[in-house]
Amino acid sequence: MYAGQRVRRVDAFDKVTGRTRYTDDLCDRGAYIARILHATVANGRVVSIDTSEAEKVPGVVRILTCFDLNEKHYFPTAGHPWSTDPSHQDVADRLILTDRVRFYGDDVAAVVAEDEVAAAQALKLIRVEYEAYPFVLDVQKAMEDGAPQLHEKYPNNILKHTQIRIGDYAKAIQEPGLTKVEGWYETPVVQHCHIENFICFAEAEGDKIKVVSSTQIPHIVRRIVGQALGVDWGKVRVIKPYVGGGFGNKQDILYEPLCAWLSLQVGGHLVKLDVPREETFVCNRTRHSIRNHIVSWVRPDGTYAARKLEAFSDQGAYASHGHSICAKGAGCFPQLYPCDNVEVDAYTVFTNKPVAGAMRGYGIPQAMWAVECHTEDVCAAIGADPVAFRRKNLMPVGYVDGFSKNELYYDSFNQCLDKAMAAIDYERKYKEYQSQTGDVRRGIGVAMFWYNTAVWPISLESSSCRMVLNQDGSFQLQLAETEIGQGADTAFAQMAADVVGVPLDKVHVVSCQDTDVTPFGTSAYASRQTYIAGFSIRQTGLLLKERILDYAHRLTRMPTFNLDIVDGNIVRTTDGRVLMSLAALAEEALYSLTDSQHISAESTYQIKSNAYSFGCTIAEVEVDIPLCKVKLLNIVNCHDAGTLINPALAEAQVHGGMSMGIGFGMSEKLLFDEKTGRPLNNNLLDYKLPTMLDHPRLVAEFVENPEPTSAFGTKSLGEPPACSPAPAIRNAIYHATGVGVKNAPANPHNLFRAFTEAGLIHDERQVPPCTT
Amino acid sequence: MGKQYKLIHCTVNGRPREVMVDVRASLTDLLRNDFRLTSVKKGCEVGECGACNVIINGECFNSCIYLAVWADGKDILTLEGLEGPNGEISDIQQAFIDEAAVQCGFCTPGAIMSAVEILNEGRLLSDEEIRIRMSGHLCRCTGYENIFRAVKKTMLKRLGIHQEV
Amino acid sequence: MYDIKALYEAESVQDAIRLLQEHPQAQIIAGGSDVLVQIREGRRAGAELVSIFSIDEMRGVCYDADEAIRIGSLTSFSHIAASPIIKDKIPVLGEAVSLVGGPQIRNIGTIGGNTCNGVTSADSASTLMAWDAVVELHGPEGVRRLPIRDFYIKAGVVDLRPAELQTAILIPKVAYEGYFGHYIKYAMREAMDIANLGCSVNAKLSEDKKTLVDARVAYGVAGPVPMRAPSAEAIARDAAVCRETVEAFARAVLYDIHPRDSWRAAKAFREHIAVELAKRALTESIERAGGVIDG
Repeated sequence: MYAGQRVRRVDAFDKVTGRTRYTDDLCDRGAYIARILHATVANGRVVSIDTSEAEKVPGVVRILTCFDLNEKHYFPTAGHPWSTDPSHQDVADRLILTDRVRFYGDDVAAVVAEDEVAAAQALKLIRVEYEAYPFVLDVQKAMEDGAPQLHEKYPNNILKHTQIRIGDYAKAIQEPGLTKVEGWYETPVVQHCHIENFICFAEAEGDKIKVVSSTQIPHIVRRIVGQALGVDWGKVRVIKPYVGGGFGNKQDILYEPLCAWLSLQVGGHLVKLDVPREETFVCNRTRHSIRNHIVSWVRPDGTYAARKLEAFSDQGAYASHGHSICAKGAGCFPQLYPCDNVEVDAYTVFTNKPVAGAMRGYGIPQAMWAVECHTEDVCAAIGADPVAFRRKNLMPVGYVDGFSKNELYYDSFNQCLDKAMAAIDYERKYKEYQSQTGDVRRGIGVAMFWYNTAVWPISLESSSCRMVLNQDGSFQLQLAETEIGQGADTAFAQMAADVVGVPLDKVHVVSCQDTDVTPFGTSAYASRQTYIAGFSIRQTGLLLKERILDYAHRLTRMPTFNLDIVDGNIVRTTDGRVLMSLAALAEEALYSLTDSQHISAESTYQIKSNAYSFGCTIAEVEVDIPLCKVKLLNIVNCHDAGTLINPALAEAQVHGGMSMGIGFGMSEKLLFDEKTGRPLNNNLLDYKLPTMLDHPRLVAEFVENPEPTSAFGTKSLGEPPACSPAPAIRNAIYHATGVGVKNAPANPHNLFRAFTEAGLIHDERQVPPCTT
Repeated sequence: MGKQYKLIHCTVNGRPREVMVDVRASLTDLLRNDFRLTSVKKGCEVGECGACNVIINGECFNSCIYLAVWADGKDILTLEGLEGPNGEISDIQQAFIDEAAVQCGFCTPGAIMSAVEILNEGRLLSDEEIRIRMSGHLCRCTGYENIFRAVKKTMLKRLGIHQEV
Repeated sequence: MYDIKALYEAESVQDAIRLLQEHPQAQIIAGGSDVLVQIREGRRAGAELVSIFSIDEMRGVCYDADEAIRIGSLTSFSHIAASPIIKDKIPVLGEAVSLVGGPQIRNIGTIGGNTCNGVTSADSASTLMAWDAVVELHGPEGVRRLPIRDFYIKAGVVDLRPAELQTAILIPKVAYEGYFGHYIKYAMREAMDIANLGCSVNAKLSEDKKTLVDARVAYGVAGPVPMRAPSAEAIARDAAVCRETVEAFARAVLYDIHPRDSWRAAKAFREHIAVELAKRALTESIERAGGVIDG
């Protein structure tokens, strides 16, 4: 059995030797270089574009503007499965280039040049005349009557408003003796910061257009490039090589349609679009900033009588993944801490900011920030122990969600808490850090999270798998589920080897997806791939095995029900005798003069289930109050992600998610100039991605309760680790100082304000400078 | 004026090279485009991410902000240069594999080259010193945990110290 | 590929001066960690450059006449930090430049570049300012030396005349002998960051370690250029080594500094941090000098 083993990554050798080819490594050096001209107003209209000076730059091939778009094919960008029901389709509000500018950085023109210097020079010489409109950056101001409107079809800029109503909130709050706890909790705009920027190249191939892209979702890119260009989807070929990280940004169609279009405008010549880091920050996608208002009514016994959440999600300028992110967080609210009387209102609202899309956690890190900060505030208000209160109110064992039919089968929350608490020595530290004084104090804090696996029943869930047997008894494993760094290929190989019964090195994962060749699937998002691909791998593996054993029957005359494949051999199960190697069978099957067969199997599995994934973070901090600085001393995540296919890679996934959560909680925030809407810190110096020095040792723990709905007992782990670190850190700071910040990140700027308000530090200007 | 070129001589991964370089080129451009050493990655082009890190005369440099003409007379080592004559890999590369320090792999070449510089000093570094020396590499996948382990384990192994990491 | 109009490589200081005279529009490029970034972002696109990168005579740390410490302007931060002379006489400078960017940046970044760009946040600048450093400039008219505080004119502008280049930074013996210092970089990350505030303090104690003979303090990012805080220094001079002196010294910096409000940090926040850093840096300096601060 390979599932459950810490086997080495199938792609690790190439990655440590520099052999791995990413998109840029595959692009021919004769490619033209494309660069995009981005708008310098936050809201408005392009009146005219003068390219005459730019065209004089030697090496410029062609300059194309929003006015060169002969046909306007509006397209959606979200990496969601297509829906044949128009009411469930993503909002199609993007154009390849736009004359209606909705954020500072919108795409108004593009240069195609022979080299990057010529392209950069030409960009500087293009003169654009704008008619600037008033703009709005604040999510709630955007909802006010009279606010600047971004899209005609959405009054008050509200893309969508959804509600959840359980019981009778208004009545429930009348219960005598309740304590009301209320707070506003906000998360910042942050960015994925995969180290490989988005990059793609395109060229014509016969009557088709080929796009090679650093994407998570090749088949979806094919569909949307087709929609954007107004061509049949089969005329688009998308290739996905190795990807230098995605984290949801590349679960959107970014510039593949533009690059394909540019290639077609220059006679199908190869065109490369390598997006600079500064543009990746603001012209790709960001994480939605969500402002949450939570009101809880708590009984003296520490239970909830009624709860209310209002969530205002800042979508930025275009719909992208739209309301799904905010809705996911809102949907989690009544599930994590169930209560008989709940009101939830979730709004997704357009503003003149960069477009928010999918990012690791898909709304749950924002929701957990709000919910777990608030839970701590509730504990403080009623004098409850943070762990005991959570244990009392968390989703109980046996809970079933009416919509997803997800069930909490095990006592996962308590098991995760127990394990994490033991790992970090919580009880002792919690007591030790109570009631400290002095400038430097320590604290320890907890936060829980809730997650789903995959997107059923909201959208389609299916996976297609192909296995093709080689002469040596090895086989190719092809899936549309993509390797983007998480280790998917390795997990797939482990599962496939087990199902078919071959040594791991007999499974050749075809890592590169090519939509002309790769079976259909919707790829990397929603922490779905190991769960989803597990079904098609098991089904296809059994099919392949059946065909192999059928052939073995013809060669050995043994009944197939007495045959098995074990460790790459055809084995008679009745006595365990090895009848022949799979290699011998495969060779015979292919070259037989009497019964030649190329044995392969292919199947699609449609999944109609989903699975809860749970866990928690405990963080320990040291706060230097006068310096407004927090040092993260220890942090542990504990997850119930079901049975782990590869514990080593699972740990690594958790580390990465924790790291993203640490940045989210402590340092990362994209800033915008209030006067112009211009981004201020869209580079890796000014945007504070944590470095190795900003991290303590990261500890990942697991509770392995096998998921009953899963083909291999597994469930989501890609996104869950990023969900709870930020509020755990915040709660630890609260424990240390008695100051609970409401807005992430808890960086020194934020802590300076909070500590000043709390009287922990004094504004130096209020104290006269003294002389002795 | 027209394009300006300079003939330079340097050693790249042990091989003497003579090449005409465009004075506008960065060392990243030279290594990737002229020598096809694609382990040298572009992540920010301003010296912040460390993906293009290479060793020049024994010290690490972000090749994106190093002019190619400056390579004249220098000894340059990229990740490709760590491979032995029979394709064998070095201990630090093996440690990156064994410790699951590789995920998307995009920061990996640069990070390994910094590790090589550190390990070649043959000194015992504290955890804090390892972190300082590796802090010029941004990684979004690993949280640096397994990269740290890989570097520390290799350092201890080279120094013959048996200790849990 | 950078948008560079022309590149002239200087082989010696005299050669550099000649090239700068021949190409009056040309800008000097040393390690390039600032210049190349600015070319890429368009601020200096299309520039003519005189590269001084290969002038090895401008590298290294040694003693000059009268035991002044001489740091060649092209010496990289990592080489300064590794220099036995620096470690022995002004370790704080090594500590300060070890906080610049990350390891690779410290291998390419030069102390000359760090000062000639006239940037207030430069990690080396406040320490050089606090140690009364002198810059050596070579130009068509010959050599001149001026105190580093006079070298800074305004944000981004230093006293470099046409065709002149900075060749060395000197720390006179009188400026370092008996002094012990500490630098604190205040930034949002522990590496790869730019200072929101930098504070460099050094102190000289009396024989009995009971009195502060002298204390000097300089800041980065507390004004448009690195600056000293003379009011604080006046308070510390000949003051008793005690908590009150430290507090008064720290508070007094507010008379001198004038940080600004920006998206990188609010003025009130910087002022608060400036006082706190002064307190901590003086305390550490006194301790390094062998002093003991009472309760």
